[in-house]
Amino acid sequence: MDLYQENILDHYKNPRNYGDLKNVSKSVKESNPLCGDEIKMDFLLENGIVKDVKFSGNGCAISQASASMLTDEIKGKKVVEVLKMGKEDVLDLLGIDLSPARLKCALLSLYAVKRGVGGERNS
Amino acid sequence: MINFKNIKKEFPILKTKVNGKDLVYLDNAATTQKPKSVINKITEVYENYNANVHRGIYSLSEKSTEMYENTRENIVKFINAKSIKEIVFTRNCTESINLVANSWAKNLCMPGDEIIVSILEHHSNLVPWQEVSKVKGAKLIYVPLLKSGELDMDFFINSFSDRTKLVCVTGMSNVLGIKTDLKRIIKSAHQNNVKVLVDAAQLAGHSIIDVQDLDADFLAFSSHKMLGPTGVGVLYAKEEILEEMYPYIFGGDMIRSVDKENSVYADLPTRFEAGTPNFADIIAFDEALKFLNDIGLENIEKYERNLFLYAKSKLEKMKNLELYIPENHEICGGIISFNVLGVHAHDVASILDQEGICIRAGMLCAQPLVKDFLKENAVARISFYLYNDEEDVEKLVTGLEKVTRIFE
Repeated sequence: MDLYQENILDHYKNPRNYGDLKNVSKSVKESNPLCGDEIKMDFLLENGIVKDVKFSGNGCAISQASASMLTDEIKGKKVVEVLKMGKEDVLDLLGIDLSPARLKCALLSLYAVKRGVGGERNS
Repeated sequence: MINFKNIKKEFPILKTKVNGKDLVYLDNAATTQKPKSVINKITEVYENYNANVHRGIYSLSEKSTEMYENTRENIVKFINAKSIKEIVFTRNCTESINLVANSWAKNLCMPGDEIIVSILEHHSNLVPWQEVSKVKGAKLIYVPLLKSGELDMDFFINSFSDRTKLVCVTGMSNVLGIKTDLKRIIKSAHQNNVKVLVDAAQLAGHSIIDVQDLDADFLAFSSHKMLGPTGVGVLYAKEEILEEMYPYIFGGDMIRSVDKENSVYADLPTRFEAGTPNFADIIAFDEALKFLNDIGLENIEKYERNLFLYAKSKLEKMKNLELYIPENHEICGGIISFNVLGVHAHDVASILDQEGICIRAGMLCAQPLVKDFLKENAVARISFYLYNDEEDVEKLVTGLEKVTRIFE
């Protein structure tokens, strides 16, 4: 299947939740230095809920689109639910299958989310 | 006149389809494809005379040993070394460099000593020297690149001190295709009584290498980047230097005699070849040397240069490309790095892959050069070899037009 589906290109060109948060509970950075993908995510957590989240970064369409989709997905969700999310959830959001090499790009934002809401990199 | 059209037919893989499209292989700086003769030779070894080398008294082992040593003799001729004593087999170019780092540099460097490298280096000719520096308290000095694409020779010449122990430099950049002025570099180093290691991974099999003319002290390369099998590297070192070096891998094959407490090590070059070598692939590597010699390295160099110029002219016509071609591109071989504006190199590579076109994207194992010099997080790279042609370039251009359309 074509990797560059309309929705992925849309999120890449018009990223949702892009920028910095003023009130930040936690800010995390993740990168794949050898690919050149970078993601920064700011989280506002209140009463066990992801009250707000924003990201910025640069990298390939897959890494940036997945950050955009994932931030959309987790906003308003309970932290315990977000911690349960895994690889499959990210692939579902993207709606495509990825080769192992490109999977790294897609999962970068998941690692950031897991660390941001308090978990570790264990997806 | 060599007919390069017919050369393509010698490479079975070039007839395969990738994602339903004809394979266009433009990642030769990473590894090259293998001609039928090399592939057949590997089968021939295993079907006819597979036996461990340097051991058996029986005919089969004598045959494999003879074939194995035959490759070594032909490498001597290929780079114009003085004798087989100067040719050590390793796993790859990286291991060859690590051998020098461990067996020579670590024994020589003292705290405060200096190792000169260039900003062009691949990680394989950087990280071993970082490690030597860390362990021995030595310092790395980076020679910068001028806009022209040449190394800053004034900086280089002025960077020698009485603490300089070694110069490590590539013969050809794997990112920019720049060929360094090895003769001049080695001459200035020797005027300062400093030895030079040449990383010839990209140069070997693309240009004539004459280690005596260069007066190189060490020169390393890999078989798989010059039509040969993977898992075979070569270290050339001057005999008198190898004689001084102490092995860092010990075991069978590298010894003359062993008693309970002590061992006497073998003569050159086997002293540095502990354990069973990758003899089947080393035997097949000889077929790669033969293939290259039959065509002639001068012809290959000229052919790649023409392909470079053709690709340059085609790519320069595309509006949305940033090409990393130095001002003085006369010194470049068949490598071009670029970016499609507004598109990450990995996305470029993924879309081209769908068209059957293989290119490299990312830091290209040269992070300091890409990050600090080109100021990029990733670049895309095409690299040619003797089986590529203008049609490959045209397919690339069509592929890049598709990239632009998708990301419009």
